[in-house]
Amino acid sequence: MNESVRPGTGWSPAEVPPADEVTAAFWQATGEHRLTVQRCSACASVQHPPRAVCTGCSSMEHLAQVDATGEATVDVATTVHRAPRPDVVVPYTVARVRLAEGPLVLTRLEPPDPEGSGYAAGTRVVVHFHVLSDGRALPYFRPAPTEEY
Amino acid sequence: MSAGVAVVGAAESDLGVTDRSILGLQTQAVTRALADAGLTLADVDGIATTGVSRFSATQLADYFGITPRWTESTFAGGSAYEMFVARAAQAIEAGQCEVVVISFASNQRSARSRKMSGVHEPWIPEAQFEEPYDVLYPVSYYAMAARAYLDRYGKTHEQLAEIAVSAREWALLNPAAFRYGKGSIAAEDVLSAPVVSTPLTTADCCLVTDGGGAVVLTSLERARDLRRPPVRVLGYGERSTNTSFTAVEDLTVPAALGSAGDAYARAGITAADVDVVEVYDSFTITAALSLEGLSLCAPGEALDLIADGRTRPGGELPLNTNGGGLSYCHPGQYGVLLLVEAVRQLRGECGPRQVEGAEVAVAHGTGGILSSHATVVLGVDR
Ligand SMILES: [Zn+2]
Repeated sequence: MNESVRPGTGWSPAEVPPADEVTAAFWQATGEHRLTVQRCSACASVQHPPRAVCTGCSSMEHLAQVDATGEATVDVATTVHRAPRPDVVVPYTVARVRLAEGPLVLTRLEPPDPEGSGYAAGTRVVVHFHVLSDGRALPYFRPAPTEEY
Repeated sequence: MSAGVAVVGAAESDLGVTDRSILGLQTQAVTRALADAGLTLADVDGIATTGVSRFSATQLADYFGITPRWTESTFAGGSAYEMFVARAAQAIEAGQCEVVVISFASNQRSARSRKMSGVHEPWIPEAQFEEPYDVLYPVSYYAMAARAYLDRYGKTHEQLAEIAVSAREWALLNPAAFRYGKGSIAAEDVLSAPVVSTPLTTADCCLVTDGGGAVVLTSLERARDLRRPPVRVLGYGERSTNTSFTAVEDLTVPAALGSAGDAYARAGITAADVDVVEVYDSFTITAALSLEGLSLCAPGEALDLIADGRTRPGGELPLNTNGGGLSYCHPGQYGVLLLVEAVRQLRGECGPRQVEGAEVAVAHGTGGILSSHATVVLGVDR
């Protein structure tokens, strides 16, 4: 799970703004190809994206990024057929996936699913990382390897 | 007994492709609505608007040469104008101001200012965690809601397409509609249009046009002395749910349930009392979810409700009687035009598209990516 873009996908992600003091730990971990979620040690809430406050208990003092398993299931996916900017190749598939730790995450699914019906709700996916030029990496998801192989 | 507040004027600006400026269209909408009410700019002491500039309401006040006692510019996309009715009613009842103009106008089609990717604000979490994936804003969110809804309830895109088919039938009765004279469409036309974000096609998406509108509100007491029959503000409610794609756990549960519930309670009505329904149809799914939110049917039954032409002209549930954002006009924040049409229906001015005997109308706006939801109940004065 440490490759950059696979041949043929033609994916060049949109620019990722720099991290701020709240999101720095998340992005730093992506540089090591670790997906993390923010956990509150006071109330055990898990949230994403990282925030300055725990939405479970309002604490600002007990939040830390902890490693996620990288396993998720598709909540819902849509395949985009109209490019929002000139240098993006269509079609591509974006989705809400639910991490094993609980939070919903917006992401891209590879490979794309032109008909938009291949990533049914509940499809198991795992995180991969697309390396960015600044050392960070952008998480995306691929179907989980099937167990019979 | 509350004295009450009424809408006393309503108007559109020029619509479609106008080659006019935002302030030029705003001026048309405001002066026409005031003329409809028999009032002038000199009577206005409250302004609610957005989309003009950073200081939208103040900008408009400056432009019109007035110094309002009350302004309001909550940014809530297409639902803002329904929220403005609530705020204006409260301000008038509290005595802070007497005559409020709520207006919006956009020249987005002439100016080619609409982007598929939305507005970039690099400091918000979505810029780091959503935009890098090139998700279309707002289309992909509504596409996900449509996919989730159709899958959860075992419905088809063909059934959902009836929202667009019905809107076109109404537009054919409205000479102001962008698609007036363009003929009927069938569900298969919606399904075979170019795909934007699965399952939605271009025909599931609202128009991109210029346009604007305005409504004028004052106390019911004063309204009864003006030239038009007052249209009473009976109730209102709102919910604000999300800016991100991931905050709402279940995309098939409409937040409009909360906003409409509050509005009905305030009005002392139930869904059964509603004669005419004007809901935001930025996308076909937006309207379908709104029908459920307005409790016009049970969860999962919106596409059964709209089947068999029930929302088309002559049907038992008149829906989006001007042709809606899908076939009439969609200037970016369509919410004010929901109010204009609801008022006209209650005043019996709609000619061939008039709903006979309409006494209670609901206008329900939706902004952003199902982000904000606001319901207004209007009724005839009796
Ligand atoms: Zn906590």
